[in-house]
Amino acid sequence: MAMSSVLVPLAGGALIGLAASMLLLIHGRVAGVSGILGELLTAPGERTWRLAFILGLVAAGVVGAAVAPAAIGASPASKAGVVIAGLLVGFGTRTGGGCTSGHGVCGISRLSPRSLVATVVFIAAAMITVAVVRALGGWS
Amino acid sequence: MTGQAARAVWAAVAGAMFGAGLLLAGMTRPEKVIGFLDVGGAWDPALMFVMVGAIGVHLVAYRLIRRRSSPLLDGRFHVPTRRDLDGRLLAGAAIFGVGWGLAGFCPGPALVAAVSAESALIFVAAMAIGMVIQRVTAGGERS
Repeated sequence: MAMSSVLVPLAGGALIGLAASMLLLIHGRVAGVSGILGELLTAPGERTWRLAFILGLVAAGVVGAAVAPAAIGASPASKAGVVIAGLLVGFGTRTGGGCTSGHGVCGISRLSPRSLVATVVFIAAAMITVAVVRALGGWS
Repeated sequence: MTGQAARAVWAAVAGAMFGAGLLLAGMTRPEKVIGFLDVGGAWDPALMFVMVGAIGVHLVAYRLIRRRSSPLLDGRFHVPTRRDLDGRLLAGAAIFGVGWGLAGFCPGPALVAAVSAESALIFVAAMAIGMVIQRVTAGGERS
Protein backbone atom coordinates (compact mmCIF):
# COMPACT_ATOMS: atom_id res chain seq x y z
CA MET A 1 0.00 0.00 0.00
CA ALA A 2 1.39 3.39 -0.98
CA MET A 3 2.19 5.89 1.77
CA SER A 4 -0.19 8.43 0.23
CA SER A 5 -3.12 6.03 0.55
CA VAL A 6 -2.65 6.33 4.32
CA LEU A 7 -1.52 9.95 4.66
CA VAL A 8 -4.12 11.58 2.40
CA PRO A 9 -7.13 9.99 4.18
CA LEU A 10 -5.47 10.77 7.52
CA ALA A 11 -5.08 14.43 6.52
CA GLY A 12 -8.67 14.57 5.27
CA GLY A 13 -9.83 13.07 8.55
CA ALA A 14 -7.74 15.53 10.56
CA LEU A 15 -9.35 18.42 8.67
CA ILE A 16 -12.80 16.99 9.48
CA GLY A 17 -11.81 16.72 13.15
CA LEU A 18 -10.51 20.29 13.12
CA ALA A 19 -13.74 21.61 11.59
CA ALA A 20 -15.78 19.76 14.21
CA SER A 21 -13.56 21.24 16.94
CA MET A 22 -14.09 24.72 15.53
CA LEU A 23 -17.89 24.36 15.61
CA LEU A 24 -17.65 23.13 19.21
CA LEU A 25 -15.31 25.92 20.34
CA ILE A 26 -17.20 28.75 18.65
CA HIS A 27 -20.84 27.57 18.64
CA GLY A 28 -20.80 24.85 21.29
CA ARG A 29 -22.41 22.55 18.74
CA VAL A 30 -21.88 18.99 17.56
CA ALA A 31 -20.84 18.82 13.88
CA GLY A 32 -23.41 16.17 13.01
CA VAL A 33 -24.52 16.77 9.45
CA SER A 34 -27.80 14.82 9.64
CA GLY A 35 -28.73 16.65 12.85
CA ILE A 36 -27.87 20.08 11.45
CA LEU A 37 -29.80 19.48 8.20
CA GLY A 38 -32.69 17.69 9.94
CA GLU A 39 -33.18 20.44 12.52
CA LEU A 40 -32.89 23.07 9.77
CA LEU A 41 -35.73 21.33 7.89
CA THR A 42 -38.01 20.46 10.79
CA ALA A 43 -37.29 22.57 13.88
CA PRO A 44 -38.01 26.25 14.50
CA GLY A 45 -35.20 28.61 15.48
CA GLU A 46 -31.38 28.41 15.28
CA ARG A 47 -31.75 28.43 11.50
CA THR A 48 -28.97 30.87 10.53
CA TRP A 49 -25.85 29.01 11.69
CA ARG A 50 -27.30 25.68 10.51
CA LEU A 51 -28.00 27.04 7.02
CA ALA A 52 -24.53 28.65 6.97
CA PHE A 53 -22.84 25.36 7.87
CA ILE A 54 -24.75 23.49 5.13
CA LEU A 55 -23.91 26.22 2.59
CA GLY A 56 -20.24 25.90 3.63
CA LEU A 57 -20.37 22.17 2.81
CA VAL A 58 -22.00 22.89 -0.57
CA ALA A 59 -19.44 25.64 -1.30
CA ALA A 60 -16.58 23.23 -0.60
CA GLY A 61 -18.16 20.95 -3.21
CA VAL A 62 -18.37 23.75 -5.78
CA VAL A 63 -14.68 24.62 -5.31
CA GLY A 64 -13.74 20.92 -5.17
CA ALA A 65 -15.51 20.18 -8.45
CA ALA A 66 -13.58 23.04 -10.10
CA VAL A 67 -10.08 22.26 -8.81
CA ALA A 68 -10.23 18.46 -8.39
CA PRO A 69 -13.20 17.03 -10.34
CA ALA A 70 -12.00 13.45 -9.76
CA ALA A 71 -12.60 13.88 -6.01
CA ILE A 72 -16.37 13.78 -6.58
CA GLY A 73 -18.06 10.69 -7.94
CA ALA A 74 -21.52 9.45 -8.77
CA SER A 75 -23.31 6.65 -6.95
CA PRO A 76 -23.15 3.29 -8.73
CA ALA A 77 -26.77 2.68 -7.71
CA SER A 78 -29.69 3.13 -10.12
CA LYS A 79 -31.85 6.24 -9.82
CA ALA A 80 -34.49 4.26 -7.91
CA GLY A 81 -31.77 2.80 -5.69
CA VAL A 82 -30.45 6.29 -4.91
CA VAL A 83 -33.94 7.51 -4.00
CA ILE A 84 -34.55 4.55 -1.67
CA ALA A 85 -31.09 5.00 -0.13
CA GLY A 86 -31.69 8.71 0.46
CA LEU A 87 -35.06 8.06 2.12
CA LEU A 88 -33.49 5.40 4.38
CA VAL A 89 -30.54 7.64 5.30
CA GLY A 90 -32.81 10.60 6.09
CA PHE A 91 -35.27 8.54 8.13
CA GLY A 92 -32.62 6.38 9.80
CA THR A 93 -30.23 9.14 10.85
CA ARG A 94 -33.05 11.16 12.42
CA THR A 95 -34.40 8.09 14.21
CA GLY A 96 -30.97 7.08 15.48
CA GLY A 97 -29.93 10.65 16.27
CA GLY A 98 -26.88 10.87 14.07
CA CYS A 99 -24.76 9.74 11.14
CA THR A 100 -21.10 9.21 10.30
CA SER A 101 -20.18 12.68 11.53
CA GLY A 102 -22.35 13.11 14.64
CA HIS A 103 -22.00 9.57 15.99
CA GLY A 104 -18.91 8.33 14.11
CA VAL A 105 -16.61 11.31 14.66
CA CYS A 106 -18.04 13.61 17.35
CA GLY A 107 -19.73 10.99 19.53
CA ILE A 108 -16.84 8.55 19.56
CA SER A 109 -14.48 11.45 20.36
CA ARG A 110 -16.68 12.16 23.41
CA LEU A 111 -16.44 8.44 24.30
CA SER A 112 -20.25 8.25 24.15
CA PRO A 113 -21.43 4.63 24.44
CA ARG A 114 -24.54 5.46 22.36
CA SER A 115 -22.42 6.78 19.50
CA LEU A 116 -19.95 3.91 19.69
CA VAL A 117 -22.76 1.33 19.44
CA ALA A 118 -24.57 3.30 16.70
CA THR A 119 -21.35 3.48 14.66
CA VAL A 120 -20.72 -0.26 14.96
CA VAL A 121 -24.34 -0.94 13.93
CA PHE A 122 -24.41 1.37 10.90
CA ILE A 123 -21.04 0.22 9.58
CA ALA A 124 -22.09 -3.44 10.03
CA ALA A 125 -25.46 -2.80 8.33
CA ALA A 126 -23.70 -1.02 5.45
CA MET A 127 -21.17 -3.87 5.05
CA ILE A 128 -23.97 -6.46 4.99
CA THR A 129 -25.89 -4.35 2.45
CA VAL A 130 -22.85 -4.15 0.15
CA ALA A 131 -22.34 -7.93 0.46
CA VAL A 132 -26.02 -8.57 -0.38
CA VAL A 133 -25.97 -6.22 -3.40
CA ARG A 134 -22.79 -7.92 -4.62
CA ALA A 135 -24.37 -11.37 -4.17
CA LEU A 136 -27.40 -10.23 -6.18
CA GLY A 137 -25.17 -9.21 -9.09
CA GLY A 138 -23.92 -5.73 -8.21
CA TRP A 139 -25.30 -2.24 -8.73
CA SER A 140 -25.67 -2.06 -12.52
CA MET B 1 -20.45 42.32 13.19
CA THR B 2 -23.43 41.25 15.32
CA GLY B 3 -23.31 37.98 17.20
CA GLN B 4 -25.75 36.41 14.76
CA ALA B 5 -23.66 37.41 11.72
CA ALA B 6 -20.40 36.25 13.32
CA ARG B 7 -22.01 32.91 14.19
CA ALA B 8 -23.17 32.50 10.59
CA VAL B 9 -19.77 33.35 9.12
CA TRP B 10 -17.89 30.97 11.42
CA ALA B 11 -20.42 28.19 10.82
CA ALA B 12 -19.91 28.61 7.07
CA VAL B 13 -16.12 28.45 7.54
CA ALA B 14 -16.47 25.28 9.65
CA GLY B 15 -18.81 23.75 7.05
CA ALA B 16 -16.41 24.55 4.20
CA MET B 17 -13.49 23.10 6.15
CA PHE B 18 -15.53 20.00 6.95
CA GLY B 19 -16.39 19.67 3.26
CA ALA B 20 -12.75 20.11 2.21
CA GLY B 21 -11.83 17.32 4.63
CA LEU B 22 -14.49 15.02 3.16
CA LEU B 23 -13.19 15.73 -0.37
CA LEU B 24 -9.58 15.08 0.61
CA ALA B 25 -10.60 11.95 2.49
CA GLY B 26 -12.27 10.39 -0.55
CA MET B 27 -15.69 10.32 1.15
CA THR B 28 -17.28 12.10 -1.83
CA ARG B 29 -16.51 9.12 -4.11
CA PRO B 30 -19.25 6.51 -3.46
CA GLU B 31 -17.21 3.81 -5.24
CA LYS B 32 -14.41 4.35 -2.71
CA VAL B 33 -16.84 4.28 0.22
CA ILE B 34 -18.37 1.05 -1.08
CA GLY B 35 -14.83 -0.33 -1.46
CA PHE B 36 -14.32 0.28 2.26
CA LEU B 37 -17.62 -1.45 3.07
CA ASP B 38 -16.84 -4.38 0.75
CA VAL B 39 -15.07 -6.54 3.35
CA GLY B 40 -15.94 -9.73 1.43
CA GLY B 41 -14.49 -8.37 -1.82
CA ALA B 42 -11.57 -6.08 -2.70
CA TRP B 43 -11.55 -4.32 0.67
CA ASP B 44 -10.06 -0.81 0.63
CA PRO B 45 -9.12 0.16 4.21
CA ALA B 46 -8.34 3.83 3.36
CA LEU B 47 -11.47 5.22 4.99
CA MET B 48 -10.44 3.70 8.31
CA PHE B 49 -7.63 6.25 8.33
CA VAL B 50 -10.19 9.01 7.84
CA MET B 51 -11.86 7.93 11.08
CA VAL B 52 -8.49 7.69 12.83
CA GLY B 53 -7.51 11.20 11.70
CA ALA B 54 -10.85 12.79 12.56
CA ILE B 55 -11.26 11.11 15.96
CA GLY B 56 -7.56 11.61 16.78
CA VAL B 57 -7.88 15.37 16.40
CA HIS B 58 -11.36 15.79 17.88
CA LEU B 59 -10.79 13.51 20.88
CA VAL B 60 -7.99 15.77 22.10
CA ALA B 61 -9.60 19.06 21.05
CA TYR B 62 -12.92 18.07 22.68
CA ARG B 63 -11.27 17.65 26.09
CA LEU B 64 -9.40 20.95 25.80
CA ILE B 65 -12.47 22.88 24.60
CA ARG B 66 -14.74 21.46 27.33
CA ARG B 67 -12.45 22.97 29.97
CA ARG B 68 -14.10 26.27 29.07
CA SER B 69 -17.33 27.18 30.83
CA SER B 70 -18.95 28.16 27.51
CA PRO B 71 -18.17 28.34 23.79
CA LEU B 72 -16.96 31.62 22.26
CA LEU B 73 -20.22 32.71 20.62
CA ASP B 74 -22.91 30.93 22.63
CA GLY B 75 -23.93 30.88 26.28
CA ARG B 76 -23.52 27.13 26.70
CA PHE B 77 -22.43 23.88 25.08
CA HIS B 78 -25.19 21.95 23.27
CA VAL B 79 -23.74 18.44 23.59
CA PRO B 80 -25.81 15.25 24.09
CA THR B 81 -25.45 13.68 27.53
CA ARG B 82 -27.56 10.51 27.17
CA ARG B 83 -25.58 7.30 27.66
CA ASP B 84 -28.32 4.62 27.63
CA LEU B 85 -28.99 2.42 24.59
CA ASP B 86 -32.49 2.07 23.20
CA GLY B 87 -34.32 0.48 20.28
CA ARG B 88 -34.64 3.75 18.36
CA LEU B 89 -30.87 4.24 18.36
CA LEU B 90 -30.20 0.71 17.11
CA ALA B 91 -33.03 0.65 14.54
CA GLY B 92 -32.15 4.12 13.24
CA ALA B 93 -28.46 3.25 12.89
CA ALA B 94 -29.31 0.01 11.05
CA ILE B 95 -31.69 1.78 8.63
CA PHE B 96 -29.06 4.47 7.98
CA GLY B 97 -26.42 1.78 7.35
CA VAL B 98 -28.55 0.04 4.72
CA GLY B 99 -29.02 3.32 2.84
CA TRP B 100 -25.33 4.19 3.15
CA GLY B 101 -24.26 0.81 1.72
CA LEU B 102 -26.85 0.97 -1.06
CA ALA B 103 -25.75 4.35 -2.49
CA GLY B 104 -22.29 4.93 -1.02
CA PHE B 105 -23.33 8.37 0.21
CA CYS B 106 -23.81 9.51 3.80
CA PRO B 107 -25.27 12.98 4.58
CA GLY B 108 -22.13 15.19 4.58
CA PRO B 109 -20.48 13.90 1.41
CA ALA B 110 -23.83 13.91 -0.42
CA LEU B 111 -24.28 17.63 0.33
CA VAL B 112 -20.70 18.33 -0.84
CA ALA B 113 -21.25 16.38 -4.07
CA ALA B 114 -24.81 17.64 -4.69
CA VAL B 115 -23.88 20.51 -7.04
CA SER B 116 -21.75 18.42 -9.40
CA ALA B 117 -23.09 14.84 -9.22
CA GLU B 118 -26.72 14.34 -10.21
CA SER B 119 -27.01 11.16 -8.11
CA ALA B 120 -25.90 13.11 -5.02
CA LEU B 121 -28.54 15.79 -5.66
CA ILE B 122 -31.27 13.14 -6.00
CA PHE B 123 -29.95 11.49 -2.83
CA VAL B 124 -30.06 14.78 -0.90
CA ALA B 125 -33.65 15.47 -2.01
CA ALA B 126 -34.76 11.97 -0.96
CA MET B 127 -32.82 12.30 2.32
CA ALA B 128 -34.58 15.59 3.11
CA ILE B 129 -37.95 13.91 2.47
CA GLY B 130 -36.92 11.00 4.72
CA MET B 131 -36.04 13.47 7.49
CA VAL B 132 -39.41 15.20 7.22
CA ILE B 133 -41.25 11.84 7.17
CA GLN B 134 -39.36 10.86 10.34
CA ARG B 135 -40.37 14.06 12.11
CA VAL B 136 -44.03 13.73 11.06
CA THR B 137 -44.30 10.04 12.03
CA ALA B 138 -42.38 10.47 15.29
CA GLY B 139 -44.60 13.44 16.19
CA GLY B 140 -43.21 15.61 18.93
CA GLU B 141 -40.80 12.93 20.10
CA ARG B 142 -37.22 14.12 19.70
CA SER B 143 -34.39 11.77 18.81
